[in-house]
Amino acid sequence: MSNNIDLTDLSADFKQQVLDQVPDANLDLCLTCGTCTGGCPASELMGLDPRKFLRMVNLGLDDQVKATEWAWVCTMCGRCMYVCPMKINIPKLIYNTRKSWPMETRPKGIRGSCEQHVKSGNAMGVPTEDFIWTVEDVVEEIRQTQPLFADMEVTVDRPGAFMAVNQNSREPVTEPDEMAPLWKILHLVEADWTYPSVMWAGENYCMFLGDDDGWRHIIERFADHIDNTLGCKQVVNTE
Amino acid sequence: MRKYKIPHKFEVKSILELYVEWFRQGKLKINSDWNRDLKIKFTLQDPCNIVRKTLGDKVAEDIREFLRVLVGEQNFVDMIPNKSNNFCCGGGGGALQAGFPKDRRRYGKLKFDQIMDTGAHYVLAPCHNCHAQIEDICEHYGGSYHTAHIWTIICLSLGILGKNERSYLGPDLADYGL
Repeated sequence: MSNNIDLTDLSADFKQQVLDQVPDANLDLCLTCGTCTGGCPASELMGLDPRKFLRMVNLGLDDQVKATEWAWVCTMCGRCMYVCPMKINIPKLIYNTRKSWPMETRPKGIRGSCEQHVKSGNAMGVPTEDFIWTVEDVVEEIRQTQPLFADMEVTVDRPGAFMAVNQNSREPVTEPDEMAPLWKILHLVEADWTYPSVMWAGENYCMFLGDDDGWRHIIERFADHIDNTLGCKQVVNTE
Repeated sequence: MRKYKIPHKFEVKSILELYVEWFRQGKLKINSDWNRDLKIKFTLQDPCNIVRKTLGDKVAEDIREFLRVLVGEQNFVDMIPNKSNNFCCGGGGGALQAGFPKDRRRYGKLKFDQIMDTGAHYVLAPCHNCHAQIEDICEHYGGSYHTAHIWTIICLSLGILGKNERSYLGPDLADYGL
């Protein structure tokens, strides 16, 4: 004898919280087809995969959902959603799962990078003067030793430049010479460009951390600096 | 900026779009003569955040047109699957700093196999997370490919790559043009 499934006691609170944040996440539409899992490289890591994770959310297994570290092993790459017939926003589900972790329990490495970025404009925590000094030092060396580029200009915060170019903070700190090839290309094409000195780094650790406030702060300061201090018409993402 | 509804007056471009633009405008005169005899094989990592999650297949197709000119049509090998269908390498989303290196590398095994299947000598990885992860899984799983930035190969091909700008080149290219 079969019974109808009785859902009266089902309370999927976390699912609802996510839907409040992301109204079109389509979490309820899951057919459990497993297409997401079929193309997910994180499948089977920690015994989980996108289909199972979403199932747990839909069944209200909130404690397990928040306890698993799978939310930090998924990279939010979006392939699941890309192939999902119901366009379920699993990446945003993961983002909000990360956000549900108390800040001090989130991975230290990511937290540190995000905090540095909010404070100093880049995840490696390079003080602005050091960034400027490194850039000037490397370009000067090139001007002296590579005659083809004797007149190459690399500036930080040149007002009125057409392009503001961001820079991953790895290069200035660990491999400053690696910034040079891009400069040479910009020089060759006679690009009218500058580096911004505020929030100049291309990486986005606040997205990785699930930190909306930090993310928003960084972008607000960046947009303000580009629009109101430099007046650049184009931002170039080199990341 | 759309996410937080932050007003702004500038447009945002990816450097990949600009490489293609400059090439089409004749400002970046690349060609593959440098690789005609070397026949070094290149593949491209389609970064999830740039292709699938933002600009879509158009930027992926355009940059391939550019790369085929840069390294030679027969020297470019695609990973399978690719473009928006590409598999994530596993370096993004904070994975490099999340503190789960064993899982990160298991995640990356799929990418390693994809790369090895291409037989490419170089992976061009226009995302720093991808670049770091793809290098790491090469070492971890014993691959022999090198991971490079597109700007390095552009400069190399034009004969303007400085001697300190070659840390990602393998022995096959490290001294080229010096």
